[in-house]
Amino acid sequence: MALRTQGTVQRAFAEPSSTAEPAQPAIRLAGVNKAYGVGDASLLALHEVDLEIRGGEFVAVVGPSGCGKSTMLRVVAGLIPPGSGEVWIGDSRVHGTRRDIGIVFQSPVLFPWRTVLENVLLPIDVQKLGRDTNLAKARELLALVGLRDFESRYPAELSGGMQQRVGIARALVHDPAILLMDEPFGALDAMTREHMNVELQRLWQSRTKTVLFITHSISEAVFLADRVVVMTPRPGRIAEVIEIALPRPRSLDMMSTAPFGDYVRRIRDHFGALGVTD
Amino acid sequence: MQSSVDTTQNRLLSIALLVAALATWELAVRLLGIPSFVLPPPSAVAAGLWRGFSSGLYLQHIAVTMFEVLLGFALGCSLGFVLGVAVALNRHVAYFLYPYIVMFLSMPKVALAPLIVLWFGLGMTSKIVTAALVSFFPLMVNTIAGLNAADGDRVDLIRSLGGSERQIFTMLRLPTALPMVIAGLEIAITLSLIGTVVAEFLGAEQGLGMLMQSMNFSMDIAGSFSVLIVLAIVGLVLNQVLLAVRHRVLFWERLGRGASSAPKATASPAAGVPAEAKRLTS
Ligand SMILES: Nc1ncnc2c1ncn2[C@@H]1O[C@H](COP(=O)(O)OP(=O)(O)OP(=O)(O)O)[C@@H](O)[C@H]1O
Ligand SMILES: [Mg+2]
Repeated sequence: MALRTQGTVQRAFAEPSSTAEPAQPAIRLAGVNKAYGVGDASLLALHEVDLEIRGGEFVAVVGPSGCGKSTMLRVVAGLIPPGSGEVWIGDSRVHGTRRDIGIVFQSPVLFPWRTVLENVLLPIDVQKLGRDTNLAKARELLALVGLRDFESRYPAELSGGMQQRVGIARALVHDPAILLMDEPFGALDAMTREHMNVELQRLWQSRTKTVLFITHSISEAVFLADRVVVMTPRPGRIAEVIEIALPRPRSLDMMSTAPFGDYVRRIRDHFGALGVTD
Repeated sequence: MQSSVDTTQNRLLSIALLVAALATWELAVRLLGIPSFVLPPPSAVAAGLWRGFSSGLYLQHIAVTMFEVLLGFALGCSLGFVLGVAVALNRHVAYFLYPYIVMFLSMPKVALAPLIVLWFGLGMTSKIVTAALVSFFPLMVNTIAGLNAADGDRVDLIRSLGGSERQIFTMLRLPTALPMVIAGLEIAITLSLIGTVVAEFLGAEQGLGMLMQSMNFSMDIAGSFSVLIVLAIVGLVLNQVLLAVRHRVLFWERLGRGASSAPKATASPAAGVPAEAKRLTS
């Protein structure tokens, strides 16, 4: 509940500034359980997950492999129904998929027969928003992720990091209020990854989105997030939610400061020998 | 990969090899006194080719065979594609057809040719039906496998945007299936030519298969060989046309570091159909 340091970032999430009532959470999970399989073979991927994410907030989820992070993201996206419990986005309960969510997966998930620009326009095509009116926006996003000169190339002609950036531009083109990212930089080398983290922070600060960001990397989570959700496996549940009170914009240099290290250590203590990297 | 081997020197060597082989063949036949009705010398085969083409006889039969091959191919492939789409999209259709598909898959369809000639007569119809029958299965099987090969994350991506099943089909499944469908066409065109010629062997009024058969009967083995060469060229041309189609349609396969590899080979039934069976039970 600690207040975030004010003045560093202003992110008005389309919420009328009524100070009296607490703003409605952008994403809310209440008592969510999700099991795969039936009977003895059943596996509890999510156990009693409660989480509220404020509008415009950047929340990172860390946890070892198999603790239910992707499951959580899929439930929020409406791709799979929760076994029990409720998922809310704004003031509507999630039943199935919506149109105001952007997703970035671990792999770029591009369409090889579409050019870079056409890939970015995919949400526009799916939602029939009209290419003409959104072309400028798609180009602007491509410029934002540093791919201005690559719009008529095909995905196979790009490096892995460039492909991932196309995926990020695509997730933003229909201007979704919510951005869900499932280990988007997991496949990248450490240097590209840090660079992408800085870019993502810059992008998010200028765009006022609510972000749910899943990662294996503790330092990535601390670097990017307002709050870090720590999950533990079998059954997948939330162990702790940690407020990251580091000022923004955060630089890579900040990663070698004492407060940053304290956060990383505090999170890592949850996992012991579970093998979470940073 | 190709350019390093495709040198003028290698081409010349390849031609020299052919010339040497033909010369050896010619000499062997003459020196050993092998009768022409057992193994004709290349010179006699060449003479047969010349006679056949200059008289217009071969062109007429080529036209008939090509017509049968292409019409049968078009019919069989269209039907195979449509049914493949139906099976891939509709679990009820899949459920009812599955046992029959499996039954027919392992059977050599060309073995039905005698029956087809019996039922449809000596005219072109029986050839077209045979060609259609043998074209049908590779197309259907490859279409099913191709449509089911869509990457789960890509499906989820369209779905997460509120996309419909129809959009998933047109924007994702269909283009994903294209390489497999074209591989199916490549198999089907070869089978279609084989099926047509076999049906012509069994009884026909016109066509290259009939021509070859009648030359065999009249002991014109050199003529027979020349028709064989014509058939080889016809097959080569048909294959090249489809190769060009593949190259043009699947442009993205040639890009980059071969990131998206083409499923070149035919889909075994194991790749396509059981995946469908799995979906039926889920
Ligand atoms: N479709 C599925 N069917 C059966 N079990 C599944 C399915 N998807 C996930 N699981 C199981 O649920 C558990 C949680 O999976 P999930 O993918 O959410 O983990 P994760 O935290 O994202 O792991 P990772 O970090 O490796 O991506 C795992 O044990 C996994 O085996
Ligand atoms: Mg995962």
